[in-house]
Amino acid sequence: MRTLILLVLSLFVAGFARAGVKIEHWVAPSGAKVYFIEARVLPILDVQIDFAAGGAFVGPGKAGVAGLTRSLLEAGAGNLDEEQIAGRLVDIGARLGGGADSDRASISLRTLASKAERDAALDLMRTVLSAPTFPQAVLEREKTRSIASIREAETRPDAIAGKRFVEAIYPGHPYGVTPSVDSVGSITRDELVDFHRRHYGARGAVVSIIGDVSRSEAEAIAQHLTEALPPGGGALVPPPVKKPAAATIKVPHPAAQSHVHVGLPAISRSDPDYFPLIVGNYTLGGGGFVSRLMKEVREKRGYAYSVYSYFAPRKLEGPFEIGLQTKREQVDDALKVVREVLTGYMASGPTPKELAAAKKNMVDGLALRIDSNGKLLGYLSAIGFYGLPLTYIDDFPAKVNAVTAGQVKAAFARHVTPENLVTLVVAAD
Amino acid sequence: MRSSLAALALIGVAVAPAPTFANPFETRLANGLRVIVKEDRRAPTAVHMVWYRAGSMDEKDGTSGVAHVLEHLMFKGTKTLKSGEFNKRVAEAGGRDNAFTSRDYTAYFQIVPKGALPEMMKLEADRMANLTLDAKEFAAEIKVVMEERRLRTDDNPQALVHETLASTSFQAHPYRRPVIGWMDDLENMTWRDARDWYRAWYAPNNAYVVVVGDVDHREVFRLAQTYYGKHKAKALPERKPQNEPRQTGIRRVTVKAPAKLPYLAMSWKVPRLRDLRKDRDPYALDVLASVLDGHDASRFSKNLVRGSRIAQSAGAGYDGTLRGEATFTLDGQPAEGKSVAELEAALRAELRRVQDEGVSAEELARVKTQLIAAQTYKRDSLMAQAMEIGGVEASGHHWRDIDALLDKLKTVTAEEVQAVAKKYFNDDTLNVAVLDPQPIEQARPRAPTGAVRH
Repeated sequence: MRTLILLVLSLFVAGFARAGVKIEHWVAPSGAKVYFIEARVLPILDVQIDFAAGGAFVGPGKAGVAGLTRSLLEAGAGNLDEEQIAGRLVDIGARLGGGADSDRASISLRTLASKAERDAALDLMRTVLSAPTFPQAVLEREKTRSIASIREAETRPDAIAGKRFVEAIYPGHPYGVTPSVDSVGSITRDELVDFHRRHYGARGAVVSIIGDVSRSEAEAIAQHLTEALPPGGGALVPPPVKKPAAATIKVPHPAAQSHVHVGLPAISRSDPDYFPLIVGNYTLGGGGFVSRLMKEVREKRGYAYSVYSYFAPRKLEGPFEIGLQTKREQVDDALKVVREVLTGYMASGPTPKELAAAKKNMVDGLALRIDSNGKLLGYLSAIGFYGLPLTYIDDFPAKVNAVTAGQVKAAFARHVTPENLVTLVVAAD
Repeated sequence: MRSSLAALALIGVAVAPAPTFANPFETRLANGLRVIVKEDRRAPTAVHMVWYRAGSMDEKDGTSGVAHVLEHLMFKGTKTLKSGEFNKRVAEAGGRDNAFTSRDYTAYFQIVPKGALPEMMKLEADRMANLTLDAKEFAAEIKVVMEERRLRTDDNPQALVHETLASTSFQAHPYRRPVIGWMDDLENMTWRDARDWYRAWYAPNNAYVVVVGDVDHREVFRLAQTYYGKHKAKALPERKPQNEPRQTGIRRVTVKAPAKLPYLAMSWKVPRLRDLRKDRDPYALDVLASVLDGHDASRFSKNLVRGSRIAQSAGAGYDGTLRGEATFTLDGQPAEGKSVAELEAALRAELRRVQDEGVSAEELARVKTQLIAAQTYKRDSLMAQAMEIGGVEASGHHWRDIDALLDKLKTVTAEEVQAVAKKYFNDDTLNVAVLDPQPIEQARPRAPTGAVRH
């Protein structure tokens, strides 16, 4: 594979637009918000439910509660044990997915749309969401596995870099906390039960549905899935983010390559600078092979296989980050180039040619970011969870095209502030 | 210069008549290039891929990795296109592009709004024959490839285990060499090695084009004739069989690297799919892998991870659709407090259970249900459909056989699964590689060249 960057690009260039994608929205009697696209071509149904139940809502010293609550939904529910749940899913060809990040916990279902399979799959989804039993024995096993993974991750340079970077840019904030051996070890069953009760409520649920069902069927599905949830939920916001002081942190490791992260907390998903920053980032390090970072660090100097930058907006200020891996002996040279590229871009913004190229890619490329039910499901849930306008898709080209070089420059100056920029290097000499 | 479909339609290039009703559609140009088009009109997008039947298995000792290095260099200039311009054109069209190299093939793709397809075909056809390679471009790009090797392999203990397992399992067969290449070979590679590779293998008669999306196959055939049709067929280098001699005893190797958990990979020599209609064992091996590790309710998850809790993770894998020799692999990490030996015993015990007791009707039914569902879900992704066509073709079978292949899998019986479990899992063809984890504090920093020899 020539590069890993495209994964980052597709995740963070939040382009989802095709004129005429009809999103229907209503509130179910349960209180859940529902977002629906009728898509009749393929006999499949995708459903995702999101809750404000991510790591940011977990108490001090308890990192791991959000992830374990989410993963243990499938470890026993109603009168089913984990083997019965796994077996039933396999028997009908359905798949449950999802997980927990900082802001949200998600559960997604893909099933055949034929009635028998669909009904069985939805019943199962309802049961695991509404009546998880969090069996003590399974919890102990999963804690043990989780602790083993944490210990393993503590030996891997990429994992160490990711963990230390968020710690450094979010000091004292839950966005900066990742599960540790101690925090996971201390988690009790009661804490999972309590977290589920408080954070998996119907009123806070965002239900996204796309597939081979009618509006009235979708209404029934959304209600069926959420009517037995705990009553609570709703608008939850993590504590405010404070920006870190600029620092350079070096972590020893024997790896052949140094792993470099440069960044800081930048913007929330509702920030008015969202469009100038994502359009601007395309030129800096978001635009795959054609970005300035790619040209200077990889194409010209051969310093790295993978070099990128991205904004990952969250409920609150999500990270801006530049990342790369390079042979440890040349990490200082590579970092120097990164700093020059960033400083130069901050000083002058994109050239007219660069800005036009960024817009062209983002606007013309929308079609391929929404050409499947699977991709559209992701966008439905983002619109629902982050409260974006229902017209987000239709508005996208105009919003991108309206961005000026001056706005890019001003937005970068506001959010990528040198006095808060943290540099982290794992495997530094 | 850009071309529109309408303009090209007026050129009126002669193309072989299209097959009547089947979708996908296929044609063969006079120069030997095959073009396979699957029309899928759900969204106004298209995937364009070119697959070359040249992968790391076609390399020679001393230049391992050259297939992949050339893949990187294909994004540099051609006689009429400046270096970097390829990616720029794709990006400006709103598209995404990339490429990948395997043991069997090298493939390039662009995913674009459908209106950009003619330009993509023009660009891709251009670099099939007109690549300009020079020492300067090579010098920068080979460093990128070495960084890629450090990232993917040298600093990745499990990848090192698999590299070592392959080079232990195969001594004559070219699958012994890593696709990314040995670091020493990369350090000693020259631009001429890449040029020779390009000259030898990049020819229309050693390639096929796969297009899936909102397209009319007749227009795609015309475009293919216009752009790819002008290249001449070449005489291809001879491919020697390089069959692996029979292995006559177990081989065990150890890899030391910074890690916490040990890791175990076991690999047996088994047959690949040769005759799609007459073979039976490859299908049974495929079903066996699914019963052990095909889904969340399969035996390894149920018995080893959740049940006995002997494994942190456990997997089984078999790929019988390939050009070279096939293996059946079991792998896993022991749970904390368990040893590699205990995990190996547990994996072997699972195999023995199939040998002694066979598999149940319920387990077979589940494998079939998964197959059917996956076929439906696959239709939600253009790329998945293009990859399926390209992958089957790369292994020497025909895309028309995809359905037959799946139907064959559904006919596998419990007796056949039990029979292959008894027949192929003999210690004499077994290779075992183990990661011996080293504490990171005590691991010595690498030599300044970054070269790694294990």
